[in-house]
Amino acid sequence: MMTKKTEENIFKVLMVLSTSIIICGFLLIMGSVLIKGLPTLSIEMLTEVPQGGYYFGKGGGILNAIVGSLYLSLGATFLAFIVALPVSLFMNVYLINKNKLLNVIRYLLDLLWGVPSIVYGAFGFIIMVYFGLRTSLLAGIITVALFVIPIMIRAMDEVFKTVPRGLIEVAFSLGSTKSETAFKVFFKQVIPSVVTAVLLSFGRAIGDAASILFTTGYTDSIPTSLLEPTATLPLAVFFQLSSPIPEVQNRAYASALVLILIILIISLLARIISNKNNLKKFNIKNAVNKRFIYYKNIRNNYNLSYKKRRKSQQ
Amino acid sequence: MKATETEIKINNLNVFHGNHHTLKNINIEIPKQKITVILGSSGCGKTTLLKCLNRLTDLYSNIKVNGEIIINGEDILHSKEDITNIRRKMGLLSQMPYPLPMNIYNNIAYGLKISGRKKKKYLNKRVEYYLKQINLWEEVKDRLKDPASSLSLGQQQRLCLARGLTVDPNIILADEPTSALDPVSSNAIEELFLNLKQHYTTVLVTHTLRQAKRIADYVVFMYLGEIIEQGPADEFFNNPKMEKTKSYLRGTSN
Repeated sequence: MMTKKTEENIFKVLMVLSTSIIICGFLLIMGSVLIKGLPTLSIEMLTEVPQGGYYFGKGGGILNAIVGSLYLSLGATFLAFIVALPVSLFMNVYLINKNKLLNVIRYLLDLLWGVPSIVYGAFGFIIMVYFGLRTSLLAGIITVALFVIPIMIRAMDEVFKTVPRGLIEVAFSLGSTKSETAFKVFFKQVIPSVVTAVLLSFGRAIGDAASILFTTGYTDSIPTSLLEPTATLPLAVFFQLSSPIPEVQNRAYASALVLILIILIISLLARIISNKNNLKKFNIKNAVNKRFIYYKNIRNNYNLSYKKRRKSQQ
Repeated sequence: MKATETEIKINNLNVFHGNHHTLKNINIEIPKQKITVILGSSGCGKTTLLKCLNRLTDLYSNIKVNGEIIINGEDILHSKEDITNIRRKMGLLSQMPYPLPMNIYNNIAYGLKISGRKKKKYLNKRVEYYLKQINLWEEVKDRLKDPASSLSLGQQQRLCLARGLTVDPNIILADEPTSALDPVSSNAIEELFLNLKQHYTTVLVTHTLRQAKRIADYVVFMYLGEIIEQGPADEFFNNPKMEKTKSYLRGTSN
C-alpha cells in the first residue's frame, strides 16, 4: 500500500515540477524581452524605416522588418495553403482505402517536418543559383513555403482524420464525386480547425530565421516588388543583437517583442475563429437570412390568400 | 414469393477482411418494393453486407469482395459504369444521423444540386416536398437556414432519410437506423418506412427482433457471416425451419 502511495507522490512532484519549469521558462523569456525591449520600444520604431546610422544608435525604426516579415509569412502561408489543402484532402478522401501508402506518406511528411530550417535555406539557395535569382522576397516566400508545407499538411491531415467515416459514406452514397465530397463536405465540416492549422503554420513562417538568411537577404527599405530583397524581424533581431552598442542591442529586444506580439495576436485570432460558438456570434449573414425568410413567408401567405379569393370570386 | 419481382440479386458473395472470412456464400433475392430485413446479432456481417450493396466497401483498405450483386441486370461489383451513378440509385441511412455541415435547406438540396439541378424555384419546391414526405416540414419550415446539427437526433435522422430520397433512388439501405433514437422517433422512422414501401425497395439491417416483426416483408437471418434462414416474414416468424432460428426467436422474444 505504501509503495503505491509513494509512487503516486513521486509522479505528482514530477508533474508539478515539469509544469512549473515550462511556466518559468515562458515568464523568464517574456520578462527579459519586456525589461530590455519595452523601454526602447517607441512609436518611431514601429513607424519608420532605419535612418542613416541606425545601427550605430541613431534614429529610425524597424518598419521595414515588420512589413517584410508580414509580406514574407503571409505570402508563404498562402502559397503553402494552396498546396497543403489539396494534398491533405487527397490523402483523406482519395487514398482513404490505401492505409499502407498513407502511412508511408505521413512518415515522409513527419521526416520533412523534422528537417532543420537551415537545410531548407540551403536548398532554396541552390534553386536560386540555378535560376539565377538574387536574394529576394520571392525566393524567401518559396523557401519558407517549402518549409511550412509539411507542417501544414500534417496539421490539416490530423484535422481531417477526425471527420467521421459515416459522413464520408453518406456523401458518397448521395452520389457525390470525390472532389465534391472533399470540398463541399469534408472541408466545410472542419473549417475552424483548418484555420487553426493555417495559423499554426503562419507562426512557424514568421518566426523562422535560418531559412531566410540566404534567400531573402536584408535591406533598409520596404520592398516594392517580389524580386527585391526584404528585411525580416528574426534577422532584425539577429543583426541588432550582434552589435556591440548596448542601445542597439536593446532595440533587438524591442524587435523580438514586436515579433512575439504579432504571433500572440495571430494565435489569439486562431483561438477565436476556431471556436465555433464565437463564429456563430459574428454570423450576420444568418440573421439577415432569417429576416428575409420571415418577410417571404408573409408575402407567400398573402399571395396564397389572394389566389384563394380570386378563385372564389370566379 | 414468386409473384413479386426481384430488385437485387446477390450470388455467391464472399467478403474477406484480411484473413478473416466475414461473409460466406451469401445468396439472396431481395424483392422489389418490399421491406427486407436483415436480422442477426452484432458482428455477424449485416453491416458489411449492406455496404457491399452500394460498394462503400471501396472505402476500406484490406477488404476483398468476391461474387455478384445484380441490380437491373448489371453486376455492380464488376460494373464499368461510374460508381457514383450506381450509388445514386440507393439512399443510405446510417446508424447515427450524419447531417452534412450545412443548413437544413441545403442538406436536402445538396443531392439535387450535385446532380445538376440548380434552379432556385425548383429547389424550393423539392425541398418542401421531401420535408413533407418525412413529416418534418411543419417542424422546420421557419428555420430552414439553421444548421442541421441544431435539430434533435430523431429529426436529424428523418432529415437524413429525406436527403437520401432526393437523388431519386430505387432502393433505401438502412443500417440500424433507429438504434440511436428514442422510442417515439423510432416509431416515426418505422412508419416512414411503411409509407415509403410502395415506392422504394427497402433493405433494413437491425438486431431488434420486435422491429423486424413490425415492418418486415421478407427476412434474412444471419449468424457469423452465414445466412441461416431466409423467407417471407409470416413463414419466418411463425414457422422457422432451422434450429438456430428457433432458438434465436425464442431467446429474444420473451
